[in-house]
Amino acid sequence: MSSAQLEIQLIASLVAIACAIPGTFLVLRKMAMISDAISHSILPGIVVGFFITQDLNSPLLILLAALTGVLTVVLVEKIQQTKLVKEDTAIGLVFPALFSIGVIMIAKYANDVHLDIDAVLLGELAFTPFDRIYYDGLDLGPKSLWVIGVILVLTLTLLFAFYKELKMSTFDAGLATSLGFSPAIIHYGLMSVASVTTVGAFDAVGAILVVALMIAPAASAYLLTTNLTKMIVLACFFGVFSAIAGYWAANYLDASIAGSIATMLGVVFFIVYLFAPSKGLIAVLYREKQQRIEVSLITFILHLKNHQEVEERHVNHLNEHINWQKVRSKTVLNLGLKNNLFIIDNDVVSLTEKGNEFTIKAIDYIITNEDAQIEDMKDDFFLFRG
Amino acid sequence: MDILEYIKLVFSDYTLRTITLGTAILGGVTGMLGSFAVLRKQSLLGDAISHAALPGIALAFLITGSKDTNVLLIGALISGLVGTFWIRGITTKTHLKSDTALGLILSVFFGFGILLLTFIQKQPNANQAGLDKYLFGQAATLVESDVWLMSIITGLCLIVLLLFWKEFKILLFDKDYAHTLGFNVKFIDILITTFIVLAIVLGLQTVGVVLMSAMLLAPAAAARQWTNSLGIMVFLAAIIGAAAGVFGTAISSTQNNLSTGPVIVLVASVFVLFSFIFSPKRGLLFRQIRLIQNRNDLELQKTLTFMYHIVEDHEDVSHPHAIKILNNFQGYSRKGLQKLVSKNYVILQGEMWSLTPEGVEAATNMYNQNLKDE
Repeated sequence: MSSAQLEIQLIASLVAIACAIPGTFLVLRKMAMISDAISHSILPGIVVGFFITQDLNSPLLILLAALTGVLTVVLVEKIQQTKLVKEDTAIGLVFPALFSIGVIMIAKYANDVHLDIDAVLLGELAFTPFDRIYYDGLDLGPKSLWVIGVILVLTLTLLFAFYKELKMSTFDAGLATSLGFSPAIIHYGLMSVASVTTVGAFDAVGAILVVALMIAPAASAYLLTTNLTKMIVLACFFGVFSAIAGYWAANYLDASIAGSIATMLGVVFFIVYLFAPSKGLIAVLYREKQQRIEVSLITFILHLKNHQEVEERHVNHLNEHINWQKVRSKTVLNLGLKNNLFIIDNDVVSLTEKGNEFTIKAIDYIITNEDAQIEDMKDDFFLFRG
Repeated sequence: MDILEYIKLVFSDYTLRTITLGTAILGGVTGMLGSFAVLRKQSLLGDAISHAALPGIALAFLITGSKDTNVLLIGALISGLVGTFWIRGITTKTHLKSDTALGLILSVFFGFGILLLTFIQKQPNANQAGLDKYLFGQAATLVESDVWLMSIITGLCLIVLLLFWKEFKILLFDKDYAHTLGFNVKFIDILITTFIVLAIVLGLQTVGVVLMSAMLLAPAAAARQWTNSLGIMVFLAAIIGAAAGVFGTAISSTQNNLSTGPVIVLVASVFVLFSFIFSPKRGLLFRQIRLIQNRNDLELQKTLTFMYHIVEDHEDVSHPHAIKILNNFQGYSRKGLQKLVSKNYVILQGEMWSLTPEGVEAATNMYNQNLKDE
């Protein structure tokens, strides 16, 4: 592994962490799409900054771009406040317009400089080691490393300083306000961090990867935990893992590193989406199936309770009567037997004492439909547990 | 170049005619379908789908090796649909919200598309040039067959829209009701989503991935301000979208180095801005005017009520009072007072005022009304 490769992975990992932190809060606050909007609408800010300074490396560019990012958020909110359109429509109206202005400005006035839209949108991590900072002839490392390093330190400082406020305003805005934290300041603070991170990162990795790095790790982490601290740590881990794995995949395929990292983020999310315990797709489908069977069983024992006649309680008749398929009725019967809710004698099903009791409770719950009723029933209800 | 000359050119010049027609048709169909996206609160779906279509284009090229527009569009359509339904899967089966799902699919699919594109570029003797026009769109590459394809799909959209109009409408405004009526909600849902994806895929070539979402939203958002009827809204949105296409093409063709896509989007944005400000019922301008009017009316009523309260116990209601008395109630302005005079409710004589019989009547009625309201 050459030092350039090491540097690329280091930059990618730092960008991943710097994005994952604000990204977690954006996902929790249901503002994920704002990051997409910011990443596009910073373009005119960069172009104007370039017109003023004539220098693509000027810090003014970053400042102006970040300001455009915050301007986007403000514009979206202003439009939303008019109540003429919904928030998502407001986002969808603002950023393409700003992006168009940027594209037109580049095409008209800056066609001959190295400021093409491809570079802004896609970025090129592979080139970051070549753009280095020298002080007195001393090599201080890649410029991107410094830029993203400073942003990461800033983000971490703010995170530790305002963790409590951030947490509270994210989960209970009302409580935060009543305790005297201004939600507006926290909101705009978060937006500013997201905006600065986007600007700082897009130079190295491109706008689209910034969005992927902000949302995908946080989304994956959200499926695995309900604890905020754990979610942030997990998101950072997923980001760094995808960054490094993505780098090597790109190396192997000889393709875009940013694209490869984004793909890797997608793969990680897909795996989590499928296999997350309790919140993953498979777990959810399995639980839904169990609940369906439980409901079927309850329907079944209510039917038993209602009919004393032998012919109404015959196994075959039940199949026809409730109109279940063979497999399903078998599952239901087995579950009932396992829980000692009824016994089968000569293919005739009759409730046991426990089943009788359970049915009375169930009817009670259905009639009153009070949550208190179900509280003591809960242990009985989740039949698969015991 | 004056306008007449330009119009002549549109009819005589092949390229200009094709582009104008193409962007007009595109604007029309995206406006039409965008109305549904906006009303279904799926505004950003367009953004997500247009990004999600990219890997499909790249894969279609990788598999078939063909650069035929139709083949690539089919690839885009498939991956757009996969993206859309995965978004739905995420929002229905997990507790992730739709914005997260959209952003996730958008960025991951797009990243994958870029990965594939750069992979294709590195392939030896692959004739891949031109694939990246789908990123930013180039209206100039439109040819007559593209316009035909657009027209056919627009026509198809129109027919389906008319056939399923009632179903779409019910689904839009009351999904549960549609369900209880026995409509196949899932089918209608998939149908409308497919057409939205189709429209977006059509636009990729012209305005590109990033700006496609604006094409879907802007005409619909503008049209929404002028009407409360779905039919009129869809119609208006189609007109506005087509107009944005025509004007955008015209403006960009008059200057060098002015790409068509962004100009069309900006023209559409201007339409939105205009509608936001000037629409008679919802517009900001008239809303502000109404607000000021209401405030003035209220001010006037307040002054009249104060006057009435003062003279109420007086034997002679038209007995003159000094204007200064009103100051005690902070209840008048000189302009307001003039207005009351011009309405013939009050007579001003120097620094004194007195109520006219009309004024008393108006004030009594108002007073009674207030009491009733309480």
